[in-house]
Amino acid sequence: MKRAGFDSRWLPILLLVPQLTIIAVFFYWPAVYALKSSFFLQDPFGFGQTFVGLENYTSLFDSSEYLKVANFTVLFTVLVTFFSLALALLLAVKADNVLRGAKTYRTLLMWVYAVAPPVAGFMGLLLFNQRWGPLMELFGHFGWEFEMGADYSDTAFAMIMISIWKQVPVNFIFFLSGLQAIPKAVREAALIDNRSASGRFWDVTFPLLAPTGFFLLIINITYALFDTFGVIDTVVRGEPSNNPMTLVYKVYVDGFRGNDLGGSSAQSVILMVLVLALTVFQFRMVERRIHYT
Amino acid sequence: MNTTKFTAAATAFALLGGAAFAETEITWWHAMGGNLGETVNQIAEGFNASQAEYKITPVFKGSYEETLTSGIAAFRAGEQPNIMQVFDAGSATVIGAKGATVPVQDLLSENGVDFDIEDYIAGVRYFYADSDGKMIGMPFNSSSPVMYYNADALEKAGVEAPRTYEEFEAIAPKLKDAGYIPLVQTHLPWEMVENFHSRHNLPFATNNNGYDGAEGTEILINSDEMKMHFTKVKEWLDEGYFGFFGTGWSDNQAQFEAGNAAMYIGSSGDFGGLTAKDLPFEWASTYLPYWESITPEGYQTFIGGASLFAMAGKSAEENKATAEFFRYLTSAEVQYMWHKETGYVPVTTAAYELAKADGHYDRFPAAETGPKQLMLQAGDNTKGYRMGFYVQIRDVENRELSRVLSGETFFLDALATIEKEGNALLARFAKTQG
Repeated sequence: MKRAGFDSRWLPILLLVPQLTIIAVFFYWPAVYALKSSFFLQDPFGFGQTFVGLENYTSLFDSSEYLKVANFTVLFTVLVTFFSLALALLLAVKADNVLRGAKTYRTLLMWVYAVAPPVAGFMGLLLFNQRWGPLMELFGHFGWEFEMGADYSDTAFAMIMISIWKQVPVNFIFFLSGLQAIPKAVREAALIDNRSASGRFWDVTFPLLAPTGFFLLIINITYALFDTFGVIDTVVRGEPSNNPMTLVYKVYVDGFRGNDLGGSSAQSVILMVLVLALTVFQFRMVERRIHYT
Repeated sequence: MNTTKFTAAATAFALLGGAAFAETEITWWHAMGGNLGETVNQIAEGFNASQAEYKITPVFKGSYEETLTSGIAAFRAGEQPNIMQVFDAGSATVIGAKGATVPVQDLLSENGVDFDIEDYIAGVRYFYADSDGKMIGMPFNSSSPVMYYNADALEKAGVEAPRTYEEFEAIAPKLKDAGYIPLVQTHLPWEMVENFHSRHNLPFATNNNGYDGAEGTEILINSDEMKMHFTKVKEWLDEGYFGFFGTGWSDNQAQFEAGNAAMYIGSSGDFGGLTAKDLPFEWASTYLPYWESITPEGYQTFIGGASLFAMAGKSAEENKATAEFFRYLTSAEVQYMWHKETGYVPVTTAAYELAKADGHYDRFPAAETGPKQLMLQAGDNTKGYRMGFYVQIRDVENRELSRVLSGETFFLDALATIEKEGNALLARFAKTQG
């Protein structure tokens, strides 16, 4: 078998240079800069600074507030990831069985994908409004005095709902195409072996969907950790106060609103480590357990 | 001007048209969106039309925080605007960075613009000044917390608008019986912490309220007066005399607009918006209440809002243009126009007198509450405060006080937490000045 290759050693390097430059300028350089800033306390205008060693880090871990935000971030990520995957899977399985008007159903279920996170947040603000929000009124009928913005857990509930709603369509698209990639022969064989639909799902369909599911798991964790920024910003309107927020939002609050460059750099470094750990986990899992065919 | 130069200039003028006639161009970054932004553009156009030597271009940069952050980034890249608008809580960052700005008072006197700090309304004068009383930032959009009341509701309950919190306590049950939430507020740190100290002439921070320097400045929030006040507020909340609808300003103000709340503490500038909404009841405004048990007479409050800073590193001609713009901006006519259009207080006494003479306060009595409150008796602690990382300290105040009101924490713990975290932030800020 003939292998395609480059004649010169320099051509591939030359072709890689643009990509590597972009990574270096937009990722490594700022990352190194953030790491450096995290050891200083500095005047944002750049006139004065003091080297403080690890103080920016220790003060974070001494702060019960930072730990509270970290705990909320974990809870938020778990709930958003779990429910947006579970709902999307349910919808995909049901949509896969529909024969008449299938395209219409699918398009309708994908629509929300086009909504930008801040817009989703804004729609949430309207739905959950304290005085005339329809969902607030609905909860009121069940005796739940819903107060988004004033009550910590109510705001958390709203944030999680909006974030799940926004993410379901993406997962739906992937699950649906995953389901359609399962060979018909396999399904028909399963139909002979097992008459129970749920049994067939758990024994045959679900394991065959595992590669898609695992990929989506990583995508959803990243979404919940980072991309929900727009939703959170819209819901708390820039001032979190006693309302919940995620770690990424706190970086913004301290760094951009508060001009504490050292403190927010330390928080960014912690997030970088977290992402690194997530990536390592992903690659190891992919190598060991998940078999893409 | 000699003839040759004049001819050359005239030729250039003829060739390039009006805009290029030896004009010095300056830029102004601001955070005034919507109608406020329109009025800012109107001021800039007015200045450009009033003379031919200078041209100012206002640029909207987003929220207060976004404007400050982009201004800082631009400064570090050497691309700063001539004028930058900075909000109250962010001013310590800018003033602390010696060399980032040219003190307004120096800029004006160096460029032959008359300046007398006494021309400014008392509560406006020193908020953006240094410890010697030299004005660093030019007060721009300024407002102060006042109390609005639903006159129909008060009449129904058979009570008068309270002057003090003691009077409020006396009438609150009647308002509640008449079916109203007696009182709501819109911004806890600004209305019940910062201006609470000014209204009672109490020190808010050590080191002369922080004006004497960042080193060693500590916040004085865990005081007997604050404890007493928030004990009362919590009691009122539990009794149904006070309503709390979260940190969002509009969520609280909406209760007043809907006729649910009889009174609300808001900004002196709110009257414009309230007038435009054409509310189905009579309303008016009065001074921010105070505790007679702390002071027999209330003191003046100070301003919130934002000021304009002249950024350093600009040429002498551009600084001259900035000074000329400030001269125009602080003229009585422009200040009155700004006051009338936006509801912010006029910053000079002359502008206030002009508004009064023009009958503005006969037409809109609520517009006068702000300026008059800023001219009440002054004290050692009515100038304002200067604390670094105050944006975060405000976040802590908001968070802890909201937790008290939503029942998550006990108020004494909250004040102690604010003191502890506030002082840690102040100590960190002092190190940034390194």
